[in-house]
Amino acid sequence: MSRPILEVQGLTMRFGGLTAVSGVSFAARSGEITALIGPNGAGKTTLFNCVTGFYRPSEGIIRLHKPGEPPTELQRLAGHRIARAGVARTFQNIRLFPGMTALENLLIAQHNRLMASTGWGIGAVLGLSGYPRAERQAVELAKRWLTATDLMDRADDPAGALPYGQQRRLEIARAMCTEPALLCLDEPAAGLNPRESDELARLLLDIRAEGTSILLIEHDMGVVMRISDRVVVLDHGVLIADGTPAEVRRNAKVIAAYLGEDEEEVAAADDRRAMPQASAAGLNRSGSNP
Amino acid sequence: MRLQLALKDALVGAVVAALLFVPLVALRTDVGSTGALTLRYRWTDAAILIGLVFIGRLALVLWMGRDGLRPSTSAGPWTLRLQRLGKLAAPAFLAVALVLPAIPGIDRYWLDLGILVLTYVMLGWGLNIVVGLAGLLDLGYVAFYAVGAYSYALLAQYFGLSFWVCLPLAGVLAAFWGILLGFPVLRLRGDYLAIVTLAFGEIIRVVLLNWVSLTGGPNGISGIPRPSFFGLPFSMAGGEGTFAGFFGLEPSSTHRVIFLYYLILALALLTNWVTIRLRRQPLGRAWEALREDEIACRALGINVTVTKLTAFALGAMFGGFAGAFFATRQAFISPESFTFIESAIILAIVVLGGLGSQIGVAIAALALIGGTEIFRDLQEWRMLVFGGAMVVIMVLRPRGLVGTRTPSIALGKRRAIDGKLVGEGHG
Repeated sequence: MSRPILEVQGLTMRFGGLTAVSGVSFAARSGEITALIGPNGAGKTTLFNCVTGFYRPSEGIIRLHKPGEPPTELQRLAGHRIARAGVARTFQNIRLFPGMTALENLLIAQHNRLMASTGWGIGAVLGLSGYPRAERQAVELAKRWLTATDLMDRADDPAGALPYGQQRRLEIARAMCTEPALLCLDEPAAGLNPRESDELARLLLDIRAEGTSILLIEHDMGVVMRISDRVVVLDHGVLIADGTPAEVRRNAKVIAAYLGEDEEEVAAADDRRAMPQASAAGLNRSGSNP
Repeated sequence: MRLQLALKDALVGAVVAALLFVPLVALRTDVGSTGALTLRYRWTDAAILIGLVFIGRLALVLWMGRDGLRPSTSAGPWTLRLQRLGKLAAPAFLAVALVLPAIPGIDRYWLDLGILVLTYVMLGWGLNIVVGLAGLLDLGYVAFYAVGAYSYALLAQYFGLSFWVCLPLAGVLAAFWGILLGFPVLRLRGDYLAIVTLAFGEIIRVVLLNWVSLTGGPNGISGIPRPSFFGLPFSMAGGEGTFAGFFGLEPSSTHRVIFLYYLILALALLTNWVTIRLRRQPLGRAWEALREDEIACRALGINVTVTKLTAFALGAMFGGFAGAFFATRQAFISPESFTFIESAIILAIVVLGGLGSQIGVAIAALALIGGTEIFRDLQEWRMLVFGGAMVVIMVLRPRGLVGTRTPSIALGKRRAIDGKLVGEGHG
């Protein structure tokens, strides 16, 4: 399981004079959950937007390795081609199609496959193409994810009328309906109550078990530490740690970033090899992004 | 207590009405006998209007309370009833439209009115694809109507092509211009898109007006061939090879009108059929998704540019068909028929009907075009009635007559979605 699915090399993103992400390199391994954490303003979402094609990075390479296919350089693709390459994402502030039903939301996610079956759209209008069959398959896939996210009884309700937690799950279901190799989640647990967070964690583990790798930004350290196989920590746009949850939890730089200690104190803390408990408490303290 | 409140409210209403009507109605300038402007006072008219506002507001507040009338986007009691009727209403409308020429007492005037209404129904349905489904505010739709009309007129004039050859060509040319306009402007959003489409509509008109050698400029093009019944011309002379002669009928000028009526009915139904089918397919769903959230569409791998272009091209194509029909019906076209007010009327039909609703657009076209025609006797007050009706609808139903959205697919029963949740598009 050590093969990488996503490889980020020397990624730099500048907005005018501001460098939001500076020379970050890491790899997310195939079949694993990789968490991207860091204090507010660390550049997590910027990095995310580069990976999912919403920003074009100033420098660096983002490579997607799909099994059995040559690697794709994502930073060269047009925005809508990233999803076709196999990267799906959700948004920090949920972006569903509120006036459309849950089922319709999931069918739109399968647009490209469905569109291919309509014969340039003309065949299906005339009733000549294999579209009905393709649509039945698409509905089956949608039903599978509605069941997996426990939304089956809300299938015909408009997405905008669902409660918050269900909207979060529907957005994940929608991303999964694009059948991605890598699922990128931007703070999926934000605003969820503890029970919903637990359900979310279980859902993500199920998704991993089905072979989709996950890259997630998360502030809920309970979720991150429990389900991640690997944690990447950013601070001020620079990568400061990369390792298993246990390693990261002990990393002095990470503790410093979260507790806001200055460098001498970090060195002192390093010397004393202190306080694994305190670090966990420190990680938990950080709130969610606004 | 309530009477006091109502009186106060009515008084405020009357003051506002007075501020409006005193300068607008009470004072009027006329051209006197010497050619100079003279001021004429119409205090009675203004007083009547202000009195109407006062009494109306008083009655309204007394009857329904101050907040009795609220804007609503959801299905109200009457819409629910209408929706139950809706299953019957659409076929009923269609049935009436189909047998209209056969109904006794329907003379040429009514048929002409029917043709006019159906032309706007078709234009409304065409624009509905762009504005209602894809959420792209197009203020220059009339440009494609003009392209269609001039395509047929010029092709017939210069190459002698028949209407049936030119109809698809007019659609294709209009779609082509739709794409040509679409490429540069579809990256714009909202207000910017609206302004550029508005400008495009004007550019087409100004070009038609000034390219005298090709289009005849302000003189327009006359003598555009009338349509034939699949090769059989409509002729008053009768005899072999004409419509009347072939079917052994008495030659009559209403034959052509009836034929034109069915032609535009068929074209409008084609527009409707294509739209309804596309809405239930990936392309139509992608349009609606685009209206709801463009960024989410991109994240799901939908090519936003291509999807917008198809909406633009398809809407333009139906506009082109309607234009070709307009040219053959009138036998004369000039740039005057394609001014901005036409775009505004078509857009008003779509907005009043309810963005994305087919039946709503049809009813709005009937009310707006048929209604203004029926109120012709009111002369100068016609536009007041028109404007008043529009204000009332927009106050009470801000999302149009049919403000709800019907899902394109459902596992169980399709339930209408409240207009509050449905996006209006950002351009």
